[in-house]
Amino acid sequence: MPETYITRSSAIAARMLAGEMMVMNSMDSTFFTLNEVATAIWQAADGRTPLREIVRSQVCEQFDIDADQAQTDAEQFVSELSQHGILLVSDQPIPTTRAPEAR
Amino acid sequence: MSLLNEMSQKAFDMGVPISVHMDVTYRCNERCVHCYLDHEDHGEMTTAEIKNVLDQLAEAGVFFLTFSGGEVFLRRDFFEILEYARGLMFNVKIKTNAVMIREDEARRIRDLGVDTIQISVYSHRPEVHDAITKLPGSFVRTIKAIRFMRDQGLKVTIANVLMTWNLHDSDGLQKLAGEVGVHYTLDPTITPKMDGDTSILSLRIAGEELPEVFRNPALVPNLEEFCAPPKPVSEDDLEGYSCSAGHSFCYISPYGDVFPCVQFPLPTGNIRQQKFMDIWNHSPELKEVRSIKAKDLTTCSSCSHVSSCTRCPGLAYMEGSMRGPSSADCEKSYYRTGIPTANMLRKAGQGPVGSLVQIRPLAALA
Ligand code: SF4
Ligand code: SF4
Repeated sequence: MPETYITRSSAIAARMLAGEMMVMNSMDSTFFTLNEVATAIWQAADGRTPLREIVRSQVCEQFDIDADQAQTDAEQFVSELSQHGILLVSDQPIPTTRAPEAR
Repeated sequence: MSLLNEMSQKAFDMGVPISVHMDVTYRCNERCVHCYLDHEDHGEMTTAEIKNVLDQLAEAGVFFLTFSGGEVFLRRDFFEILEYARGLMFNVKIKTNAVMIREDEARRIRDLGVDTIQISVYSHRPEVHDAITKLPGSFVRTIKAIRFMRDQGLKVTIANVLMTWNLHDSDGLQKLAGEVGVHYTLDPTITPKMDGDTSILSLRIAGEELPEVFRNPALVPNLEEFCAPPKPVSEDDLEGYSCSAGHSFCYISPYGDVFPCVQFPLPTGNIRQQKFMDIWNHSPELKEVRSIKAKDLTTCSSCSHVSSCTRCPGLAYMEGSMRGPSSADCEKSYYRTGIPTANMLRKAGQGPVGSLVQIRPLAALA
């Protein structure tokens, strides 16, 4: 199975508030909040680390979630965010000029 | 409640500064007749200082960041500041007169993922706009820039300040905005000058003219509801706060002074002397602003308009007390509904109220 690589779009703004990550896309002003698990995936979306690896190290280990379930949830989450242009997805590593860290 | 409103409310309740307005310069290439600023440079923050402030704001939880001035593009480092801010993932809005924006700048703004550009335009008639900005040719340059930015797919809003000079141009300008394909907003508030000069208040639209202004759907989407008499004041209304200033919003001047709002010049600290979070969490002035509920207001707490009034505590402060009424909002409440305000009834029993209290930026006093 090919790997999936994810990176954050340069059009988005993001900030933590009360344990949730607020995300806004400047292109269409869509506004989301991400829960803790989604935030962990989001923050690890550097274009270089395969999604499978992100799920293993950031989700399963940190939140004690079953690997298969976590992978399925993560794929669904990634596909939703990519439909809104918030995450970019590829089966190759994605070169990024900057990988800003939202706090 | 929308998710965005929900998060804004959460920030308000928790005292998180979710939104900050930062002026990066007071210098300007226009000299608008209604402008309240002193355009001399009294020692603006350097690029490094601003970057440091932005780091602190990101740390403090600021999400919405408005860059304004003066004219922001008069700073040669403005794109560097913008890029840094976007690197810190702020949702950025820029207020500008746009005369320095050409195709190249428009593209760079788009590439940096700026959310919205708000541009001041005062009339659809070039001669009226240029007379207000006192910069010949500014109308043509500004409208050209608006088209460049629209072509880049940026969200552009034309912001019109209504005053005596352009009172009847609102419809024409709104039509122009529609033709160009950008948003339009209208603001009838003229703020006193920072140096104490209140002469520009004469540009304010007279109260009697307000009903005409209110008939504009850009300002008032639902006229009937807007002009309805106020609902009886409830216990909850009296426990309510005025606005987000000092609660989840603040203003930072080019000199690093922190105020509750751009229209609320109560000095609360300077970011060159203290960390932003020290000011935000410990300034006695900000604590005081946060403590004021409707029931604590001197005249307004007994006013029938208190629950629906747009009372601005900043304008009230400039009039003498942040717990007092704001006459400009009293006028709006009165001309909206035809029902006299507590402030009018009080004044009718007294002589004229004292003159406006005026504030200068702290740095200018140093
Ligand atoms: S009401 Fe006045 S002080 Fe409050 S946010 Fe609006 S302009 Fe600022
Ligand atoms: S109408 Fe005037 S007196 Fe009444 S609440 Fe508004 S500002 Fe206060």
